[in-house]
This record gives sequence, C-alpha cells and structure tokens, in this order.
Amino acid sequence: MALLSKANQEALVGPLNLNNPVVVQVLGICSALAVTAQLEPAIVMGLSVTIITAFSNLIISIIRNTIPNRIRIIVQLVVVAALVTIVSQVLKAFAYDVSVQLSVYVGLIITNCILMGRLEAFAMMNKPWPSFLDGIGNGIGYAIILIIVGFVRELLGAGTLLGFQVIPQWCYDHGYVNNGMMTMPAMSLIIVGCVIWAHRAYNKDLV
Amino acid sequence: MNSLRKFFDNIKPNFQEGGKLHAFRSLYDGFETFAFVPNTTAGRCGTHVHDAIDSKRIMSLVVIALVPALLFGMYNVGYQNALAAGQLDNATFWGMFGFGLLAVLPKIIVSYIVGLGIEFTVAQWKNEEIHEGFLVSGIIIPMIVPVNTPLWMLAIATAFAVIFAKEIFGGTGMNIFNVALITRAFLFFSYPSSMTGDDTVWVAQNAIWGLGYDVPDTFSAATPLGEIAAGATTLSTSFCDQVCGFIPGSIGETSVVAIAIGACLLLCTGVASWKTMLSVFVGGACTGWMYNALGLSPLDACQHIVLGGFCFGAVFMATDPVTSARTEGGKWIYGLLIGFVAVTVRVLNPGYPEGMMLAILLMNLFAPLIDYCFVSHNISKRAKRAINK
Repeated sequence: MALLSKANQEALVGPLNLNNPVVVQVLGICSALAVTAQLEPAIVMGLSVTIITAFSNLIISIIRNTIPNRIRIIVQLVVVAALVTIVSQVLKAFAYDVSVQLSVYVGLIITNCILMGRLEAFAMMNKPWPSFLDGIGNGIGYAIILIIVGFVRELLGAGTLLGFQVIPQWCYDHGYVNNGMMTMPAMSLIIVGCVIWAHRAYNKDLV
Repeated sequence: MNSLRKFFDNIKPNFQEGGKLHAFRSLYDGFETFAFVPNTTAGRCGTHVHDAIDSKRIMSLVVIALVPALLFGMYNVGYQNALAAGQLDNATFWGMFGFGLLAVLPKIIVSYIVGLGIEFTVAQWKNEEIHEGFLVSGIIIPMIVPVNTPLWMLAIATAFAVIFAKEIFGGTGMNIFNVALITRAFLFFSYPSSMTGDDTVWVAQNAIWGLGYDVPDTFSAATPLGEIAAGATTLSTSFCDQVCGFIPGSIGETSVVAIAIGACLLLCTGVASWKTMLSVFVGGACTGWMYNALGLSPLDACQHIVLGGFCFGAVFMATDPVTSARTEGGKWIYGLLIGFVAVTVRVLNPGYPEGMMLAILLMNLFAPLIDYCFVSHNISKRAKRAINK
C-alpha cells in the first residue's frame, strides 16, 4: 500500500476542513475555550494534542488485535495517560511559563473527546500508518481552530500577538481600549460560533 | 400628510421590480410603513389575531413614552456639568439643556445609524421586510450608558448586540435577550473602565461649542449606588434630588418623575403589562426592605427603587413584550424575580453596584421556562377537570 494513497490522504486532510473535530464534530470545545486567551498557549496546546493524538492512535492501532474488547477503554486510557504525562513533563522542563499558563489543561488532554473519539472510531479498526496520519490530521484540525481563536482573542483582548504589541501605541493615545470581554471564556465561545458560521457559509453541504 | 403620501407614491416605481433603485426596496418599504399604516393585513382565514395597530405603531408609542426621560436626561447632563464646574449660578436652563443635547445627540445618531444599517442590510440580504424593532432599542441604548462613553465603543456594542442578540435568532420578535441591555452588557464587560471605572464617567467634562464648562480631569462623581458600594453609609444627595433625577447616572435613568410620565403613557395605552411593572417594584421593595432589616444594606426599600436604573428597567425593559414572560401568571413570577435579583446583586456583590441589567438579562433567559411551567400546569389542570366530569 502506498504511503499516501487516496484513503490515507483523506485520513490526513479530511479533519482539516470538512471533518474538522471542533467546528464540524463540535468536540474538544472546553479546552478551546480555556486556553485560547493568548496565542502562545493555544499553539502549544494544539501541538501537544497533535502529538498525543498521533502517537496514541499509532500505539493503540499496533496493539488493537490484542486488546480484549471489554477493557479497551482502560487500555486506551493508560496509553493516553502515559503520553500526556510525557508531554506534560517535557513542557515543564523546556517551556515552564507556558506550562504554568496551561495549568491543568495539559493533564486534562486525557479527557479530550477528540482523543478518545479517534481511538474508538479509527485506531481500533485501522492499520498503524493510517491511524497515525488520522491522529496528526485531527490534532492539526484542532490546533487550527485554537490558533484562530487565540489570534482574535489576544489581538483584541490585549493588543498583542505572542506577547509583542501589535496595535500601535498611537491608537491607545487616541482613546482605543482593549476589549476586556475577549479575555473571558464566554467570548471565545462566540468566536468559535463565528468560525463555525463562516465555515458552514463556505461549505453549504454541511448545513 | 397628503404631500408626504404623494412623495411616497411618486418615488415608489423606482423601487419596484425593474426600477433603478430596486436594490434599496427594503429601505423604501421600511420608511413607507413607518410613515403610513400599510393597508394590507394578514389573511382572514387561519389563526391570525387582528388588531387595529401594528407593531410599528406600538414601537412609536414606546419611543414617545421615552421622550420625557430623554429630555430630562439631556437637561441633567448639562446640570451635572455645571454643578461639577461650580458654575450652577451662572448657568441658564437653555444653556444646560443645549449642552446636554449636544452631548447626547451624537450617541442617538450613532446608535440608530449602526443598528438600522445592520437591520436594513440583513433585510435586504435575506429578501425580507425591514423589521421595526430597532426603533425602540436605538433610543434606549444611548439612555442607559454614561454620558462619557466614547462613540466608537457605542458603535461596536450596538453592532454586536444587533448581530448576536437579534439577527442570529431570526430578527425582531425572535430574540431571547433585550437588545439594548445586551449592548450595555457588552460595554460593561468589555470596557469596564469606561462604564463605571474611577467614577469619572458620569459627568461630561468638556465644553462643546461654547456651551457647558470644562471640568478638571481629576473631578469624579459617584452615583449614589456607587457611593454605597464604596462603603458609604449616607448619601451625598437628598432624597428629593434622587426622585427628581438631579444625580449622576446613566443619561436617561436618573429621573423617577420623567420615567413615571412614560409609564403612565405605556399603561394607559396598554402597551406595557401592568402586572410585570408592578411585580418588579413589589419584588424590589420587599427585597430591599429585607436586606435593610437584616442590616446588610444602609438603603431602605424606597431608595432601592428610586436609585440607579431600577425604575427605567422596570418600566421600559422588563416589560419588553418579546423577551418577558407572556403568560399572565408568569408575568408575576418574572417581575418579582427581577426585583429580587436586582436588589440582591446590588447588596451582596460589591463589584456590581447596579444589578438591574444583570437581573433583567437573567430573567429574560428564564422567561420561556416560566411560561412553559404555567402552560403545562394549565394543561394538566384542564385535563383533570375533563377527566373528573
């Protein structure tokens, strides 16, 4: 089987657009609301979820034929928990500030619906390589939305991007004020809603 | 009147199918039906309820009822400015009113242009008639913000409220939240320093076109509720001033007398429900009395009702027929809870000196549930009656 056959391409690219986990399947919303007040944690969170989804998909897919059906959730959770712990420790070691900002949400990746959903729906019945691609695709599909929301929230809520001031001081001197509501989780729900609105307006067959 | 009718008839062909201004047909339609009651009605068959006046006429009545509070608000803006500058003895009535007019008019214009602009665009886009709901929201929005709110903030908040509180629910008559209050809530949570911060927002500080006076930047005046939230036990303004409305506050909310005139008009014409209005006052008074008796609040029941936006909210916002409870019994529950929540927020949460906005929005959310309970209770009661026979 070719490494990037039609089916594999679909597993990788589908979740980026027409089968996006956040805006189409509406999964993983909680963390999308919680960590997107700034762009940097949003990017790190997106990357972490991508890595964990990809490798847990890969591992579960490799051992899928040996997992007894009755305890498969426990097995999946053990694998995910191990990966989450690794990522969390790596973040603590190399990106301490971001890991403090993300606080419990790195640990809570273990309960991310996207992860369990992909394991149950894809990795349990597909070969390792397509499962790996599917994990990467879903992780990136999740990360894209996080980055869009984080971009809007940090730009309008703090006037910065990745910590650098983007809105010029001139605007503040002339009465511009940062929008405090953008830093609240309520507003990110509205932004996710707007993204879904735009996405469905563009892809009419999803409505 | 006849010349206006002729004018409309003359320009009508331009907007009909094939006319050169066909793209603006919703604009024409909106203004024509605003000026003249359309002579088409819903069909005779079916379940339509027929009434002599349509919703545009009801909206116009509410706007007329708001005018006393608005005019007094303009005067009070000038009065507070003169008071802050220490020039009260030199200021004339018309000077103060003119200053207030110049300070408030841009807000009204911005609110109408932004709100109606979005409504007209959406109507055009969806090929629908223009909805008239913004007539009232557009005049209420400038009345419930502090006089120093920058116009760009008002424009953003109005756009947000019209799009997210109204159009996405399906337009006029479909919204679950009061649009004007969503505007205020957006401002309140997005730009807290411009809505309550430092108590410098309540009094206009700069002269406009030679009217009014320049007030030093450091001048600050808290609303009576702000003073209480800051820990004061007595108010710096007299009860008489609070009733008449010579206190700092949002533009249209200060005067109980002016609001009472509007309330009379609404009640006499039957536009607003007296049950909702009365129960809000009863709920607020009982709760205020309770907290006063428990020693949690230095204000007595009477002051709780007079101060802040309580009267304005009770008369013009709680009675909004779209967002309030519609069952007759539900109106009592709805109103009582608004009064209760408003005073409770004031007393128990020092971060929010005024709770009327939050109370009405919260109960807007619960109004359908209240209605549902009353309707299903009625259904089961009648079902029992039928079975027992």
